[in-house]
Amino acid sequence: MIGKVTGWRIRVRSAVWLPRAGAALLFVLIWSLVVRLGDYPPFILPGPERVAARLWTLAVEGALWRHWWATAIEVGLGLSLGVTVGLILAYPLAHWRLFERMVAPYLVASQAVPIVAVAPLLIIWFGPGLLARALVSALIAFFPVLIAAIAGFRQVPPEWRELFRSLRATRWQTFWKLEWPAALPVIFGGLKIGATLSVIGAFVGELISADRGIGFLIKQGQGLYDTSLVFGGILLLASQALLLYGGISALERRWVRL
Amino acid sequence: MTDRPVLSASRITHIYPTPRGEIQALREVSLTLRRGEFVCLVGPSGCGKTTLLRILSGLLPPTRGEIWLGDQPLRGPDQRIGIVFQKDSLLPWRTAIENVRLPLELGGWPGPEATQRAQALLEQVGLQGFEHAYPRELSGGMQQRVALARALAADPEILLLDEPFATLDAITRERLNEVLVELWERQRKTVLMVTHDVHEAAWLADRVLVMSPRPGTIVAEIQIPFPRPRGADRWSHPAFLQTVWAIRQALGNGGG
Repeated sequence: MIGKVTGWRIRVRSAVWLPRAGAALLFVLIWSLVVRLGDYPPFILPGPERVAARLWTLAVEGALWRHWWATAIEVGLGLSLGVTVGLILAYPLAHWRLFERMVAPYLVASQAVPIVAVAPLLIIWFGPGLLARALVSALIAFFPVLIAAIAGFRQVPPEWRELFRSLRATRWQTFWKLEWPAALPVIFGGLKIGATLSVIGAFVGELISADRGIGFLIKQGQGLYDTSLVFGGILLLASQALLLYGGISALERRWVRL
Repeated sequence: MTDRPVLSASRITHIYPTPRGEIQALREVSLTLRRGEFVCLVGPSGCGKTTLLRILSGLLPPTRGEIWLGDQPLRGPDQRIGIVFQKDSLLPWRTAIENVRLPLELGGWPGPEATQRAQALLEQVGLQGFEHAYPRELSGGMQQRVALARALAADPEILLLDEPFATLDAITRERLNEVLVELWERQRKTVLMVTHDVHEAAWLADRVLVMSPRPGTIVAEIQIPFPRPRGADRWSHPAFLQTVWAIRQALGNGGG
């Protein structure tokens, strides 16, 4: 019986991973084919084997992990902060029109200004450290979470609100047992967008001021015409976005029962 | 059966403001529910039945008029009143038993006792074995059984039902009406059920109140004298059909 269940699990896992591995292989294949057929010099378009080798030397030096981790911390801090602020602001914005009228223009304006323009300001204010870079990441990540959460809180069906009213639920009970679970699927949608944006935010922060991190690596690669390093950096960034996305999807499967 | 009213409404008038002027939904509706009674409220669609039910449940304050629950005026939702809504009122992220538990959780019951009570109620509506199913995994009839169990969870004195089985097919509906009557006979709640089905009203109720089209008001009150239990053989009794006809005519007299 146990063996049967395990066998089924393994089959499900492989059903998920096989197509992914296949697609990755295909991607690498096309990439190296383009390099070979186009006969591009490595400083324009390095092949996958060069990029892999560059990442390998970086890993051997011990620098790979250090830079990856530096960015990961910024992303982690930035996203957590962005999500927290987004969710906390969303509730009053969803419920009080007056508050929305007062605050919404500033929120929209904060998103209309390119993050690249705001980042130097944050670095002047908060110094060239981790805090400023995490703030850049938070600033870009919070908006989709905020918008999604507002939409989620607002679209709670009136029948359910009526039910909670008839059961004389307190405001807190209505939030915790109705609005939060009802909005969760929508919030997860915003969270997925916010997560990928938080990686961009941390990267932008690093481009402007950093002595470590993937942004720093890429800038270094650009300066040295070490195109393989630039490509490697891009792959590292992508790996963080994918990890975050995967983690959030796993949470979603666990929490959202619809 | 005592004659003491559990719930009474006197001269309820309700007016909705709309962008194109006011709409009078209810006009001078008065009614009394006595303890343990099963009353059906029938009326043409749009006559304000649902509005009246929401007012009686304390969810909607009437424009004019008073509602008394026992000897106190009703000021808002009250735990002595349980409501079964039309449909889709179950929370999709909660299992059947978790949905039934909801009123108890909100009322601060300790977890194990709440679960025990919810379990017992699910059995009473015939859903043992489906405790951990999510609403989407249940048929429409089963979902309304859960809704019924949930309305009974906090042990209300009065049960208000707003066309609870209207979206179900005829056979499921008949079965659920039987479940409702069994529960009522066992627990002796005071029941007020809104329906637009004349047969259903005649079969279930001790008394049928007939409403006129908008602005709704009660135009007739018809006693249903038949003894219980009322089996399927009711259809062969001319007296039953006469009662159905009487209700039908009262509906017609309202101008519907």
